[in-house]
Amino acid sequence: MTKKPDDDAAPRWRPAPLLPRDPAQDILLVFVTGVLCFFACVAVIAALAASRAAGGWTAQLKDSATVLVRPVGDESADTAAGRAAATLGGVKGVAEARVLEKDKAEALVEPWLGPAAQVADLPLPRLVTVQFDAKPPSPTSGQLSAALKSAGVDAVVDDHSRWIGDIVRAGAAARIAALAAAALIALAASAVIAFATRAGLAARHEIVEVLHLAGAEDRAIVRLFQDRLAELAALAGALGGAAAALVAAMVRLMGGADGLTPVLPIAWSDLLAVLACPLIAAAVAAVATRITAARMVGGLP
Amino acid sequence: MAAESDVTAPTSRSPISAPMSRTPDAETGLPSETDPPREGGGPITGPEPIVRFESVGMRYGRAPEVLQDVSFELQPGSFHFLTGPSGAGKSSLLKLIYLAHRPSRGRVSLFGRDVLSVPRRETPALRRRIGVVFQEYRLLDHLSAFDNAALPLRLAGLKPASYQGDVAELLTWVGLGRRFNALPPTLAGGEKQRLAIARAVVGRPDLLLADEPTGNIDRQMGLRILRLLTELNRLGTTILVASHDPDLVARSGMPVMEMDKGRLTWRQGSAP
Repeated sequence: MTKKPDDDAAPRWRPAPLLPRDPAQDILLVFVTGVLCFFACVAVIAALAASRAAGGWTAQLKDSATVLVRPVGDESADTAAGRAAATLGGVKGVAEARVLEKDKAEALVEPWLGPAAQVADLPLPRLVTVQFDAKPPSPTSGQLSAALKSAGVDAVVDDHSRWIGDIVRAGAAARIAALAAAALIALAASAVIAFATRAGLAARHEIVEVLHLAGAEDRAIVRLFQDRLAELAALAGALGGAAAALVAAMVRLMGGADGLTPVLPIAWSDLLAVLACPLIAAAVAAVATRITAARMVGGLP
Repeated sequence: MAAESDVTAPTSRSPISAPMSRTPDAETGLPSETDPPREGGGPITGPEPIVRFESVGMRYGRAPEVLQDVSFELQPGSFHFLTGPSGAGKSSLLKLIYLAHRPSRGRVSLFGRDVLSVPRRETPALRRRIGVVFQEYRLLDHLSAFDNAALPLRLAGLKPASYQGDVAELLTWVGLGRRFNALPPTLAGGEKQRLAIARAVVGRPDLLLADEPTGNIDRQMGLRILRLLTELNRLGTTILVASHDPDLVARSGMPVMEMDKGRLTWRQGSAP
């Protein structure tokens, strides 16, 4: 034999992966995990949009107040409203106090009374809308009421605090629900990956055993599965995230800045959230695989 | 390389003197004194046996014992054959040595350490000192012959460039010089067996266990394998071969441990 060791195949040799690929299982796992990643990303984008909607509404309500004016004695409603607006306009922190036009006030009650109602004959109170200065502090409802009382105007001030509280609570609930959904989906994904790891280890039991008996460290065997599953999960995360971003972009394009509904005003920046999906998916997969594989490899003699 | 035959003649240089994880001495081929400490329990000093069984019993699950009161020692550098009829317990005994199973009673010591007291994190290093030729080969079907043969060196963390020449030479020596890229399912039974032997000896283990290493190969190749094992033994490896081949056992002239119904007797050579 005259063969030199580095002839032929040897110089070109690169160690092959110790774990064989299983295209059928890999594709299935990427598909299932990708779908879960898609829903998780949609949930996160929805949480961001709901949070923005609640924030916007709260800001709008916080910056204004509505005053309901009742005429006193022979004074006409218009006169009383005018006096109220003039009084409120002089309060520190008020940028503008404006009497709401009668037709607009009537339009406000139309949903309850119907278009055919003779609202003109009804003694509807007049409304004054108060816009606060952008620069805090804004006057409190007590300060506004005191100013109106001293001017002899019978009025009720609504600073929207009740509505603000409701909106803040609703926004927080929507945000928590969306994030909880994303977390549950992540848990489901980790369960799927754990099952895949168990199946992979069972299918490759012979390989694992040979590596084990040949002196491979437990952590090295675990690492083989961990890296493989994390790689697949990262791919699934990228695909699922991209699909979610595509759907969100379509919603944004169709609905404009306000979104398809005022509840979900998607911003382009929300789409950036999906960038984290491959990393998070890989991390979840790595942890799930590590725990599962370590337990199984630890059971070897 | 383009060998005429699938089975090539051995080189003048021993293929097992080169494929080592440790720096070989230029003259002897043995590890030099400046080598780092050996893995899995430190240097072997004095007469400490490589393997010691003391009244060992072994059972699978709740089944009756397949090994009963087995006691023996393998001294460093020894070469023994293990014979006996099928079901006598030869493979079970080997499993205890290569740590695929634990004794149900008694004490098994490897390289001076009780296997039951070795922490799990240290057992891989202990296993890397043992080369095993499995009866059913246990080759990795998705890896080429070259990758299979290089596996122990790869698991030891060596760089491919440091051993690929040695692996090629060893594969060539066992007659697989033209089958580097072949996957095990495409190899004939004898080729698989030779590949399994190459994988077991490539790291020049301190202890080599072989379960019927010549079971599927022709007589000529069997003798070559015996010569390989003898040379490995001459270089310091302790060897235990389970074999049904009386011709091979007789030709070797080595001590024979005989098993029957889970018990060990000594037919030839020194008693334990």
